[in-house]
Amino acid sequence: MRNSLIVVALLFLSSFLLLPLIAVFTEAFRNGIQTYVQALSDPDAQAAIRLTLIAAGIAVPLNLVFGVCAAWAVTKFEFRGKSLLVSLIDLPFSVSPVIAGLIYVLVFGAQGWLGPWLDAQGIKIIFAIPGIVLATLFVTVPFIARELIPLMQEQGTEHEQAALTLGANGWQTFWHVTLPNIRWGLLYGVLLCNARAMGEFGAVSVVSGHIRGLTNTMPLHVEILYNEYQFSAAFAVASLLAGLALVTLGLKSWLEWRHGESLAATRRY
Amino acid sequence: MDIQIRKVQKHFGDFTALDGVDLDIASGELIALLGPSGSGKTTLLRVIAGLEFQDHGQILFGGEDVADRAVRERRIGFVFQNYALFRHLSVFENVAFGLRVRKRSERPGESLIRERVLALLDLVQLGGLERRFPAQLSGGQRQRVALARALAIEPRVLLLDEPFGALDARVRKDLRQWLRELHRKTGYTTIFVTHDQEEALELADRVVIMNRGAIEQIGSVDEVYEQPTTPFVFDFLGGTNILPIELRDRRALLGGTEIAGLRDSIRPNGPADLYVRPGDLRLTEGHLPGFEVQVQGVQRTGPIVRVVATYDAARDPLVIELPHLHHDVPRFKPGARLRLRLMQFSVYPRHEPRPPRAPVTQPVLIGRERKRERLG
Repeated sequence: MRNSLIVVALLFLSSFLLLPLIAVFTEAFRNGIQTYVQALSDPDAQAAIRLTLIAAGIAVPLNLVFGVCAAWAVTKFEFRGKSLLVSLIDLPFSVSPVIAGLIYVLVFGAQGWLGPWLDAQGIKIIFAIPGIVLATLFVTVPFIARELIPLMQEQGTEHEQAALTLGANGWQTFWHVTLPNIRWGLLYGVLLCNARAMGEFGAVSVVSGHIRGLTNTMPLHVEILYNEYQFSAAFAVASLLAGLALVTLGLKSWLEWRHGESLAATRRY
Repeated sequence: MDIQIRKVQKHFGDFTALDGVDLDIASGELIALLGPSGSGKTTLLRVIAGLEFQDHGQILFGGEDVADRAVRERRIGFVFQNYALFRHLSVFENVAFGLRVRKRSERPGESLIRERVLALLDLVQLGGLERRFPAQLSGGQRQRVALARALAIEPRVLLLDEPFGALDARVRKDLRQWLRELHRKTGYTTIFVTHDQEEALELADRVVIMNRGAIEQIGSVDEVYEQPTTPFVFDFLGGTNILPIELRDRRALLGGTEIAGLRDSIRPNGPADLYVRPGDLRLTEGHLPGFEVQVQGVQRTGPIVRVVATYDAARDPLVIELPHLHHDVPRFKPGARLRLRLMQFSVYPRHEPRPPRAPVTQPVLIGRERKRERLG
């Protein structure tokens, strides 16, 4: 019984997860390392990589701040509308990313509510970098907050109270007591958030406009190359994303192994 | 520093946690807040600390109202039930925390901090362990680190929430002695919360017994144990047998038989409840005064022999506790009919409602009954 269960799980995982992963790397190197390097050094590919880094570079720190604030508020204070806030944080998980992208088009697009006004101010959001950052932000909002809330709930407020009785102010309490307590969970959340920020396709696709060298992120660039039958180039860029996923996974496992205890409360993902 | 608590009330939603508490604590006193869970003792401690705020009433530290003083300005040393040590900091840094977070102008220099911390660790007998982390300490050691950390800020009052609750029985006993000694040495005004009556009686100068958000009795250990003013206090401080009696002309009747006489009864004639501790009962044979009971079971628990006996006008069986060396013990066999004598007891009105908000005005205790009342 046990063995057959393990075999089923392994078969499933290898055919649906491992095999595609191997395929990505095989395809990427099919035409030799030269084509691989060429595909990555193509200016459009470089622009896509840069844009992905920018989007993640903005979205992750913002979500870090927001996630910590939200988790802090939810777990250390009682207030009206708390459950509403928690549901709102979960919203991006339940809404299709395409819808998220469309919402931004509706609000900020040329025909949208704020479109004409933004246009008059010379601000371009949709089909430009700000739109991509916004869409990335939207889909990655829950990751850090969701990681921290159960952890901080479990830890309670006694440590903070102890710090207060010893004369620490709010900032000192956060910096010297709360943050060290949540640091591993926080890092874990940042990793997941970053992986999603770099890999997001749907929402970004809707708001990007697919302008080569300008508003294409890595996942979008992969799709374009693929649609143009440049399989090797497509897989080369894809292998970078896959590599990122592997690094994230590796770091995550290492964190779990190293700090299993403090992460125990956050194993839900 | 002396502390006055005036008519303090605290509600959590519909629940009344503190219902008009008045308490004066003298400087240097060691006070126990004793009560069952939900009696409001921890809430009172947290209100004094400033971790909760009262809805009504006043807390005065040395005459000064601390109502608008946040917890960090009150300079209280608080030891949490689970110690709340900072896991990521060494023992040294835990104790130094309160000094390091001070404003730059008030912060002692590094060498002074070091000196203070090491002196405190010596005081709590943890010298040499300053580089350890909380996870590497035993429960009793963690408790003492928490105490040293609280003392580091030179608190105006030391507050301890169930200080020995998380420790095993032997460590608990040692620590009690040690804390008493520490209090004698340092002289900090100390308030601790406990639900363990033995702990409260052993450690405290005065015991405050709380029930349903109000104080039932305040007194020295002898006072609360020897003259419990309410049935609740009597019941809470130890094992209790309750006999439904009839009071008639200073005589206590049980099922029509006179079982005891009262010296200075202020109670009117009529039904009443007689409270007597298992250790204040004696079993004898033959025709000595007393009333007849039948032994149901005998159980030896360490140095004490516990006899369970029934009597005819019975509601519940009676529990009698005797030292195991008592010469009659071998004769206490199940089924034996023996005579029971009451050595000392308290009488309270029957079915007295235990009103949570009734201030303790007139003691309900009848005069001197508990001073070795004899039968007859």
